[in-house]
Amino acid sequence: MILDPKIPEGPLADKWKNHVDHGKLVNPANKRKYEIIIVGSGLAGASAAATLGELGYSVKCFSFHDSPRRAHSIAAQGGINAAKNYQNDGDSVYRLFYDTIKGGDYRSREANVHRLAEVSTNIIDQCVAQGVPFAREYGGTLSNRSFGGAQVSRTFYARGQTGQQLLLGAYSALSRQIGLGTVEMFCNQEMLELVVVNGEAKGIITRNVNTGEIQRHSAHAVVLGTGGYGNVFNLSTYARNSNATAAWRAHRKGATFANPCYTQIHPTCIPVSGDYQSKLTLMSESLRNDGRIWAPEKVGDKRPPNEIPEDERDYYLERKYPSFGNLAPRDISSRAAKEACDEGRGVGETGLGVYLDFSDAIKRLGEDTIRERYGNLFAIYKEITNESAYETPMRIYPAVHYTMGGLWVDYNLMSNLPGLFVMGEANFSDHGANRLGASALMQGLADGYFVLPNTLPHYLADVPREPAPSIDGPEFVAAEGEVMERTGKFLNNNGTKSVKSFHKRLGEIMWNYCGMARTKEGLEKAIELIQQLREEFWRDVRVPGEGKELNQALEQAGRVADFLELGELMCRDALAREESCGGHFRDEHQYPDGEAMRDDEAFAHVAAWEFKGENEVPERHVEPLDYEETKFTTRSYK
Amino acid sequence: MNVKLRVWRQKNNDTEGGFENYEAKDLNPNMSFLEMLDVVNENLTDDGSDPIAFAYDCREGICGTCSCMIDGKPHGPETGVATCQTYMRSFKDGDTITVEPFKAKAFPIVKDLVTDREAFDKIQQAGGFVSVRTGAAPDANAIPIGKDIADLAMDAAACIGCGACVAACKNSSAMLFVSAKAGQLNLLPQGQPEKDTRVLNMVASMDEAGFGNCTNQYECSAACPKLISEEFFSKLNRDYMKASVKTLFKAKAL
Repeated sequence: MILDPKIPEGPLADKWKNHVDHGKLVNPANKRKYEIIIVGSGLAGASAAATLGELGYSVKCFSFHDSPRRAHSIAAQGGINAAKNYQNDGDSVYRLFYDTIKGGDYRSREANVHRLAEVSTNIIDQCVAQGVPFAREYGGTLSNRSFGGAQVSRTFYARGQTGQQLLLGAYSALSRQIGLGTVEMFCNQEMLELVVVNGEAKGIITRNVNTGEIQRHSAHAVVLGTGGYGNVFNLSTYARNSNATAAWRAHRKGATFANPCYTQIHPTCIPVSGDYQSKLTLMSESLRNDGRIWAPEKVGDKRPPNEIPEDERDYYLERKYPSFGNLAPRDISSRAAKEACDEGRGVGETGLGVYLDFSDAIKRLGEDTIRERYGNLFAIYKEITNESAYETPMRIYPAVHYTMGGLWVDYNLMSNLPGLFVMGEANFSDHGANRLGASALMQGLADGYFVLPNTLPHYLADVPREPAPSIDGPEFVAAEGEVMERTGKFLNNNGTKSVKSFHKRLGEIMWNYCGMARTKEGLEKAIELIQQLREEFWRDVRVPGEGKELNQALEQAGRVADFLELGELMCRDALAREESCGGHFRDEHQYPDGEAMRDDEAFAHVAAWEFKGENEVPERHVEPLDYEETKFTTRSYK
Repeated sequence: MNVKLRVWRQKNNDTEGGFENYEAKDLNPNMSFLEMLDVVNENLTDDGSDPIAFAYDCREGICGTCSCMIDGKPHGPETGVATCQTYMRSFKDGDTITVEPFKAKAFPIVKDLVTDREAFDKIQQAGGFVSVRTGAAPDANAIPIGKDIADLAMDAAACIGCGACVAACKNSSAMLFVSAKAGQLNLLPQGQPEKDTRVLNMVASMDEAGFGNCTNQYECSAACPKLISEEFFSKLNRDYMKASVKTLFKAKAL
């Protein structure tokens, strides 16, 4: 299989403009003849549905939530990057491009990243025009803050609820189109299968989660904006219902899955407190603007933080990375926290935690300023831990937060399966092996507002202007049959163990062997354990209730079944990538000082996996990454 | 700790519902209320019974999915939090806790504790937006907005669309939701051109969905997980009056 990224000709800075200038268009009168299915209504899905509807296409948007406003984009706290240079601190499109390439540890496509940096400025304009209440200065201009991996202030924010405000902006644009009738919204509908007709994606099978009704939907193109797969780990900062089923079903139907091993472990989350825990809560990276991270210098120092004198504290990020300090990128900060805890210097009951201390900032700026900046985050921390971070340092520990891998797409966001487009976190394209903070919102909205609406017509222009395939066609009947069979299997399995118990066990395997540090032996063991667990799942899972009603256990069963396959693929990818880069750290590949050792000779490529059948070994394909503008350097934040 | 639960069970909106009793044992006070329900459901599943259906997603108080009436209060005993941010330490060992769905005519029951809040989406579709084409926006700093206005708009925009305001209101009014949504956009310069149609259409849609009238008792604001202020009512009333009078006299925008 040849994976052609279809990168346009010309100098890097002109590629996107040339592509738009010379791309094919669809006549305004013909647009409504094209039906487009968009799965997901997060930042990418909602913004794409709104924009394509506004352009005149017939859009059908699907969400398993009860309202398009609930997607997990809503939980992003800290901000969104844009190369506006409103701070006059030397920012530019090039610098945002460069920071993103370097932050991604030279494992992303230059052309995609440059385009992302270019359109970043349009996103802020668009959101402000929609009424998104970004933070402002007294003079009325927009305010910025700093984020990890950058030495400029380019992050726009709306208190600690930036994701919510951006999603509500996209939701308002989507609502307007729904009201105008250009977008038909299908809530409570979960995509359970992709329908491929003559080698092209032409429809989906959904289940109405409230009634259990299975439906067939056809279109001229299918777009997935269904988010990432971090819930493979069970415990993560993802919403409980976030899942990979749409992407995984597409993968099984022929779409290759790229770089599944690139997972982001966020350094500042509230530590796990008990066995019953259902999710981990993030404390925004923005806290690292004013908070200082430290661990006790002595092993096993169990004194309360206030009793540990200054000279017995190890501000390890400031010590190891003096030029970026507490704002070192996420992968590096997470690994440093793990090292401190592995050395026995962790804090809290479990010893899996380090301090994020605001006492210096409170002394310097006053409690009111800190409250103004982070009040809601301190409140969340208090709710969960019952501790006040104004008085005692926060305890934090890394947690799974984002997945850089995803379905492979070309420059047009089309997968190798024609007619199937993938946006946002669900694709693999822009963040390489590590995503910088405040760049997920940027990518979701870039893809939905500005990229897809300009690239989808290139495909549609060549699609005959005939009605979308009939939902009575054999491909639709067969796909529905697969869904019915799977659902029936779950409900009639008569097993003894709950879906949740399997999810938990899978999560433990993934965290232990495919988490922050990975080894050959560990990954091989994990693959074996996952295969055993999968076999046990299908033999012994118990799904109570019926199919024709709201049945949350049945929904979870389908998702966990897919995670059990995806988890294995993640381990296979991590095993094959014999280097350390970004969010993928192999113990065997490190410098003597513990920093990640890339192998640019052998691994400066995208690994895209092709599904070969149930319980078959998937095939690894390669898309080489050519760097024209940037030179490989060892990523240093020292 | 141990608690007893009285939980509303209802197969769907067409059948009668009723309370069932359950026991939740050996709980950790630092568990969230929903994690406690997870544990109860695991036990029900092990016993071969039908688990309790309840709505949840982000479990960090921002998506607005969770929606339990706990001891008669939307989202439980604490102020300024959603159900998912309610922890068992807010209850005492041995307590009996009554759990119901958000009940309102405009929110039909789907199953057990899950209700359908699509009516909120309909209100948004009627006018909860600024009509701006993608790509047609001026530079973001071309519209200066005073910090006080931006902050007020953000206060209103914090609404998570959970419906606690409606559940708390004896009339099932959606006044807090609508006033926050319309207020955010009507405060900002970007929202001015459509200010009048926005309030007229959103209020009409609210009435059509079957929400009740507001009698200014502010239970909504007290129950709101984001503590959105009832002050936005007066803004909505003012905007609505102005828009109605202008429409009545077919006034030109002179």
